[in-house]
Amino acid sequence: MALRVLRGYCKVGENELSLKFVEGFKFTKIDSPIHRLDPRSKFILTLGFFSVALMFTNIYALLVTFIIQIPAVLLARSVSRWLRSMRGGLFLGFFIFIMNVIFGTPIASSLAFTTRFFAIMSAFSFFFMTTSADDLGLALEEIHVPYSISFTFTTAVRLVPTMAIDAQTVVDAQRSRGLELDKGNFLKRIRNYIPILIPLIISAIRRSVELAEALESRAFGATEKRTSIVSLRMRGADYLVILATAAGLALATYVYLYVQLPTLAIPFEMPRLF
Amino acid sequence: MISVENVSFHYTEGGEVLHDVSLKIENGEFVAIMGENGAGKTTLVKMFNGLLKPTAGKVLVDGVNTTQKSVAQLSRDVGLIFQNPDHQLFAETVSEELSFSLRNFGFGSDVIERRVASLTHALDLDRYLSSSPFVLSGGERKRVALAAVLVWDPKHVVMDEPTIGQDYLQKDRLRQFIVQLVSQGKTVVIVTHDVEFVAECKPRVVLLSRGKVIGDGPAANILTDSSLVEKASLVMPQISSLMKSLEDISPPAGLIDAYSARDFLTPRLRGIAGAQRVLQSR
Amino acid sequence: MENVNMSIENGEFVILTGPSGCGKTTFCRCLNGLIPNFYSGDLQGELSVDGMDIKGKPTAELATHVGFVFQNPENQLFSLSVERDVAFGLENLGMPREEALERVNWAMGATGILDLREKAPYELSGGQQQRAAIAGVLAMRPSILVLDEPTSFLDPKSAEEIIGVIAKLNKEIRLTTLLVEHRLDIVSRYANRVIVMDKGRIALDGPPSQVFGENARLIGIGLPRVTMLFHLLRRDGFPVEVNPITVEQASEELRRLLKK
Repeated sequence: MALRVLRGYCKVGENELSLKFVEGFKFTKIDSPIHRLDPRSKFILTLGFFSVALMFTNIYALLVTFIIQIPAVLLARSVSRWLRSMRGGLFLGFFIFIMNVIFGTPIASSLAFTTRFFAIMSAFSFFFMTTSADDLGLALEEIHVPYSISFTFTTAVRLVPTMAIDAQTVVDAQRSRGLELDKGNFLKRIRNYIPILIPLIISAIRRSVELAEALESRAFGATEKRTSIVSLRMRGADYLVILATAAGLALATYVYLYVQLPTLAIPFEMPRLF
Repeated sequence: MISVENVSFHYTEGGEVLHDVSLKIENGEFVAIMGENGAGKTTLVKMFNGLLKPTAGKVLVDGVNTTQKSVAQLSRDVGLIFQNPDHQLFAETVSEELSFSLRNFGFGSDVIERRVASLTHALDLDRYLSSSPFVLSGGERKRVALAAVLVWDPKHVVMDEPTIGQDYLQKDRLRQFIVQLVSQGKTVVIVTHDVEFVAECKPRVVLLSRGKVIGDGPAANILTDSSLVEKASLVMPQISSLMKSLEDISPPAGLIDAYSARDFLTPRLRGIAGAQRVLQSR
Repeated sequence: MENVNMSIENGEFVILTGPSGCGKTTFCRCLNGLIPNFYSGDLQGELSVDGMDIKGKPTAELATHVGFVFQNPENQLFSLSVERDVAFGLENLGMPREEALERVNWAMGATGILDLREKAPYELSGGQQQRAAIAGVLAMRPSILVLDEPTSFLDPKSAEEIIGVIAKLNKEIRLTTLLVEHRLDIVSRYANRVIVMDKGRIALDGPPSQVFGENARLIGIGLPRVTMLFHLLRRDGFPVEVNPITVEQASEELRRLLKK
């Protein structure tokens, strides 16, 4: 059953190869107050959610951590995308829950851990959905990451959709030659991926060569002192976000240390399996 | 016969790529599907072997709805050759590359050997049988990709942009090869925007623009219709433009290549020369 | 390549063509340093652009002298906005922001893409992408623009448009242009010179109407169809005087012949 659900995520059979899980981390160009924020302030916000989620083990606190992100998602006009990415995380969330229960964690805690997973996933998905690869590269440059690294990163991100299309084309081309990816025993299925992987790798290499040629022709690496026509500027809204994050962290820490949170009582015990 | 009936298609995350497209391709026909980049041509032909299923309407290949058969089953009859051979080639030798599909379709090893030998010969690839496909030139790789599909002898052959990256001689050889395929009774469908190539082959032309069929008829009619050509981001064959500029001598409609233009002009030019000679001799 | 001798004057629009494998792509890559820096091999002879000896100079240094536009628009756009992409080369050169922006605006204006400033490359059509690539190269103000089959992936109308842009640049700012092309019917009318290579050597070199004779046909390049028509007529014995390369020229010559 697990395999079947997993296959639902790698739906090679139907109209397109859609890894729903990954989709939730893809940037879309929307004009929203969140999209216009500096990537650094957004990242601080994401780290804020992440830290709070790690801090708590109480399910109500974690639920709040999760739900409180929703206004931000609304502001970013990305609700449907966010929902889809949450749906994509269902399998993994379910897996976390089941694994915890099987190994003896009380159900309430298992639920809490699952909620934590969603809270963290949502935070990062939100960050990547609202920040373009270019902005990420700029942010990396601002914190003095060497240009070659930040450029590699942004180019890799830029190439993901292109290579996904390539992958789909290769799968289509080989299926058109009678290759059946969903038949045969486990070993045969692995072997069936060779006619997919090799053209993909070769295409990627050819593409890299072409890109490298073009880069050289645009004087890439001509000087160490690279300039940039755009620069990141923190504005009022960014400082507000940072302040809000700091305040939220402070509040969370206070609650964690001093407030007695209600617990969830579930009168059910999993029979001890291990 | 390939029958497309009121087919529409849209990806789950996108607009409609095909809108209410209908067309019938008889066995043994030679058809060119043309239109601007993004018109839906490749999407349409991917339905012929079941890679894509219509979101509305149906596609029937030899009477069977494509939703009833797997891609492998449909590919047995509809051979689809993709634009970029590098998306296909993976084997250690050309001969293995060609055997791949035959093994997938369950052919016996003696049949495989025979077919591989005969195809490599037909496409002038004999000397490359044990070479790696990756060391061949671009044009040669395209021939290997073509051979790799024709080797299982599909009834219908579909080529996606077969002329891109080919020089004139290679295109001429391709044209002759297509003529051969058609004479063998195969249906040949090419997706292309190479107007001069189509003008020389003179197939039936189905013109797509923004997901709709805007023209369907002989090349000579479609390619000389300036409004259709404009809508599909194509240009008229040079010879048609030339004939249009000579409207006063009433060239017949549909002269789209140099040979038929020559055939039309020669008697007219000769007639004048003949009259001149008569005048001189008097 | 073997024994290639060529000189191109400022402002010329030269077409380089020939059958597959004739060496035209190899030659172009010698001009911007990809050969011998990126591709190893044995390169002999002299190469100079603007009096400067370019053999052995790194490609990044030659980028301000020789601009290179490649076939596939997808693999020569690096940024997520057209403006940043056009500025890419200037950023690499360490140009100060103000100056770079000025050049970027000029280059985008010259290629007609000012309205696409904020768009991402994947939002553009193939023709628009190639314009952006040309603008990105133009911004570095090279003395010669080399284009390697830039219309390969474009539909006929976009191909005509991009060739129009290139011809306009050549005429208006006297940008020396070397265009490698198969689609001679579209480009011949703009070029003042066509060089045909075959098997690594230069076979023909001259104005288009002169080059598109019987020899060119035998080498196997795709001549404009009107030129081919006149070859056929000449073979049939008619007193054809010119080698037309455009519909207008062909029409004129035909009328002359018919009137006689």
